[in-house]
Formats: sequence, C-alpha cells, structure tokens
Amino acid sequence: MTDSIAPIESRDWLRRRSRWSPFEILFWLAALLPFILFPTYLPLASQIAIAALFAISVDLILGYAGIVTLGHAMFFGLGAYFAGIISVRGWGEPVSGLLMAGLFAGIIGYIVSFLITRVQHLALLMVTLGLGLLTYELANALHDLTGGTDGLRGIRTWPIFGQFKFDLWGYTGYAYTLALLFLCFLLSRRLVNSSFGLALRGIRENVKRMPAIGADHKGHLRLVYAISAAIAGLAGGLMAQTTNTVALDSLSFERSADVVVMLILGGTGRLYGAILGTIIFLVARDQLAGINPQYWYFGIGLLLMVVVLFMPTGILGFLARIVDRRK
Amino acid sequence: MMADEDIVLRAEALRKNFGKLEVTRDVAISLPRGARHALIGPNGAGKTTLINLLTGQLKPDAGRIELEGGDITGLAPAHRVRRGLSRTFQINTLFPDLTPIEAVALAVMERERTAGQFWKRLAAHGDAIEESFTILGQLGLADVATRTTRTLPYGQQRLLEIALALATRPRVLLLDEPAAGVPKDESAALFSVIAGLPSDISVLFIEHDMDIVFKFASRIIVLVGGGVLLEADPETVRSDPRVREVYLGHGHG
Ligand SMILES: Nc1ncnc2c1ncn2[C@@H]1O[C@H](COP(=O)(O)OP(=O)(O)OP(=O)(O)O)[C@@H](O)[C@H]1O
Ligand SMILES: [Mg+2]
Repeated sequence: MTDSIAPIESRDWLRRRSRWSPFEILFWLAALLPFILFPTYLPLASQIAIAALFAISVDLILGYAGIVTLGHAMFFGLGAYFAGIISVRGWGEPVSGLLMAGLFAGIIGYIVSFLITRVQHLALLMVTLGLGLLTYELANALHDLTGGTDGLRGIRTWPIFGQFKFDLWGYTGYAYTLALLFLCFLLSRRLVNSSFGLALRGIRENVKRMPAIGADHKGHLRLVYAISAAIAGLAGGLMAQTTNTVALDSLSFERSADVVVMLILGGTGRLYGAILGTIIFLVARDQLAGINPQYWYFGIGLLLMVVVLFMPTGILGFLARIVDRRK
Repeated sequence: MMADEDIVLRAEALRKNFGKLEVTRDVAISLPRGARHALIGPNGAGKTTLINLLTGQLKPDAGRIELEGGDITGLAPAHRVRRGLSRTFQINTLFPDLTPIEAVALAVMERERTAGQFWKRLAAHGDAIEESFTILGQLGLADVATRTTRTLPYGQQRLLEIALALATRPRVLLLDEPAAGVPKDESAALFSVIAGLPSDISVLFIEHDMDIVFKFASRIIVLVGGGVLLEADPETVRSDPRVREVYLGHGHG
C-alpha cells in the first residue's frame, strides 16, 4: 500500500469491475440446458425467465438506487394488459406488441416518478403500495377493457417474425423469453456499470451528499424509474404473449411483494442476485407446493429469515464472499 | 459599486430562527476573490447554520445571498454547486460503499453533465477518471483510490470530504471544520493542503484551533449567538477584549 498506484492501474481496476467473468458465461450457457435436459419444464423455465426480468427491473431501483417499492407489479400488469389488449383488438404481432407494452409502462413510470421522487422512507413505501392498489382496482373497474375478475379473453399471439409459432411444449416461448431476458440483462449490465449506475449507487449510499456535489439526483431517479418500469412492462407483456392470459393477479400486491422477496433472497444490487433469487423461489414453489401448499409458505418463510439473518447480502452475496476469500 | 467586482460571495441581513431560537441574526458577510477567511465562534454560535444557509441546505427567513453578483437566495443547493459554491461537512457525509476514485469521478461527471450517460461504460470516461486521480493525488489519497471509503482511516475520510468539494471545481469553498476530530499534528498537514489550493478559489473555513486559525486565515469573522461580533484581521481579533471574553476566555478544543 505504500507504492502509489498509477492512474492507469486505477482505470484498469475500474475496467476489471465490469469485465465478464467465467461464472457469467457459464450461467448463460446453463440457461440453455432446459431445451435439452428438461423439456417438460420449459413452461416453468419461461415463467422463471419472465419473473427474473421483473426482478431485474426492481433491482435497478431498489438494489442500485435504493428506492424501496411495494407496488412494482403495477408496471408488470400494465405491460401485460397492454400486450393482451392490443392482441385481443387484432394486433397479435409479438415483437412490436411487446415493445409497445414496454414503452407504455415506461411512460407511465416516468409520469409516476415525479411523485415517487417527492417522498422517502415509509411515505415512499406507502405511495408505491397505494399506486399499486389503485391500478389493480382501476383494472377491475374497467371490465369492458380488461375483463375484470374474469381476466382478459381471446389473446392470440402470432408467430414470431411470422416464422416461429408458439408451440404447446414451450420451445418457442422459452427461446423468446430467454432472448428478451438476455437482451434486457445486457442493457441493465451496461447501465449499472456506467457513470449513471455510479450515480445511482451514490444516491443509495448518501442521498444528502448528492446535491452537494451538484448532482441532479431527482433527474437520475426519474430516469431509472422509467427504465425500470419499462423493463417490468416488457416482463408483463412477455407473460401475456407466452401464456395468452392476463388476469388481475398480474397487478396484485402479492406479485409486488414476491418480487422483493426474490430479490432479497438472491441479493440486491448485483443483477444476478435477482435471477438466482427468482430461480430458487419459483423452483421451490413448484416442488413444495406440488406436495402441499403449506410446505411452501413454511419453507419460504424459513428461508427468508435464514437469509436475512445470516446472509445480509443475499445468497449470491454470500457465495461471492466465499469465492473472494478463496482467492 | 466598483469594489463589488472583487466580492465573490456576499450575504446581507441573513436571518434564521429555529422556533424561538435565533440562530442567525442579521448576518452580513462578503468574501473577496482568493480569500482565506476563518469563521470562528463558540459551540452553538450558528456557524454550521450559516454555511447551510449560504449553500442552500437551509432556507433563510430573511436576507439575500449573491454569488459573483448574481442572486442565489432561492436557488437549490445543486444549482449553487454548479455555479461554483461548494462545501464540506463537519460530520463526514461521504459515500461509504464507493471507493474514493468512484466518488470523486462521480462529482466530476456530475459537473460535466455526463453522469446520466447510462449507455457508456464508466471506464470509458477517461478524462473524468484522469482528473479525479489528479485531485486525489493533490490530497495524498492516490494510494487508497480503490479502497472502499468506509475502510479508510478517519483522517483520510476528512481529506476525501475536501476532494469531493474540489471535484465540483468551486470558485468558493466553504469548509465546515475540515479538521474536526483529526489529531493536532495531522490537522496542520491538512490545513497546509488547504493553504495550497489554487489562489483563485475563495475559501471560508470554520476551525476551533486558534493556532491554526491565526496561521492560515488572512481575516477572521467572529460569530457569537448567531450574530457577527467582529470581522477583522488576525491581529485585531487576537487583541480584542470582547473576543477574548466570549471565545478565547471560555477555552476551546
Ligand atoms: N435543524 C435544527 N433545528 C433546531 N435547532 C437547530 C438546528 N440546527 C442547529 N440548531 C441549533 O442552532 C444552534 C446553532 O447550531 P450550529 O450547528 O449552527 O452551531 P455551530 O456554531 O456550528 O456549533 P459547533 O461549533 O458545535 O459546530 C445550536 O443551538 C443548535 O442546537
Ligand atoms: Mg458546526
């Protein structure tokens, strides 16, 4: 520590932090395994990819910028209903439909962000919760548009690029969701490794200092909130298109809460934590709830407590620490 | 008003009450370009409050603040920083989980308005990183540039406070007890860093140690009970009986 580190080395250090690790490459290769090894689980794999995308969207605001939210299903549901409704009304082209759904959720997210950046702490939690409930009731009330409690009926998704039909086994579905998850992951990865990602961490670390270094931190928050809402909307749209159903549960409080649980299980502020948490959560639910739903609630409750008490940085944070120590 | 051109920061008739407590009463100060002024006064005199008013963390109940001739009384803190008015905090207000190079680069990129570029890798902002490195070097923090802030010794964290303020490229720098909690031998070193800042930056610093104040300040403002008791050169302040009574007499530090 006595020798001075040259600026070059320091820049190298910054660059190293955003370099692809072998673990990451391995992980994305492993994501292809369901095609070969567990084809019967492809629908579950799609469901996981969609939920992971949703969890990544929450990680951007919660894990990086430190905005807690209990209402993010709002944007998931808006995207789902948007994609579903345009399909019902005659436009079932998936790619453009999905992009529009994401854009729609992002625009709503940007509008809402002006409210979000005015409040903090408990008030923030209540505002996000309130907006989520409000959207849920609105969708319920707009029965003609959304189908209300019956859900949206008659969604038909055309083949992707006019070529790939959504098959019963879910090959196309998983390929589509995985591709989207990967693309959005790349975008998020670039974002968190950019100067903007640094600014978000600055907000999380000390929001009081931000104005004192001349930062427009509210502007940053509005931008990341809109981006996060758009990604959540894409996830919702994917769900609508791959399952051809949209019901009120896409907007439910439970979905908002579950995604936060997944994120905390995996570890916040590291993107992969969102994915790992989602996998653990949904696979455990699939297996345990199959035996007895009570096992599931008991299991997830226990796991959540163990993680929060003994792995404050989440399961991935815990694993990363072990790997670091070995080096 | 020809003489005005040399005054970089001016405050007039500033007033602030917390409930019934008058914490700032009719304070007027003017800081010339290149100043090295000290703001002294007993605990609770309202020194930090005055800095909070000047930098916009607090809104004054009355009064007016000008930076380089422009009215900034109603301006948000971040906008004042962008106009060249920076500060440090008496109690460390850092980014515990960031490294110094990240924290300083963030301040540089906020200044350059490139902090919102979410599509560009951080390492690609070569100029900002280079500049941040130079700033850290000036403060002797180059060795620890890539260590997490929370693991740094307290003295180095105090230096990082100053580094962050410098990264905004201030015309006026307000230092709230930069050496608070730093051992005496280290605080002299810290102040020689401050004394070595570019001469076009105007500095106002709060400090309790009188040896340091007399050594580094060309002019001293004495604040007592929220009001300016005296503003004068060190010699006059040193020999003023009122100052001896209210400040030096009560023994500080
Ligand atoms: N936000 C606040 N609300 C109410 N009272 C406050 C507030 N901030 C400061 N005060 C009071 O105002 C007075 C001046 O406080 P200030 O922090 O400005 O003093 P100071 O001169 O910086 O003191 P020190 O040398 O201890 O740092 C004190 O009596 C303090 O208790
Ligand atoms: Mg103070």
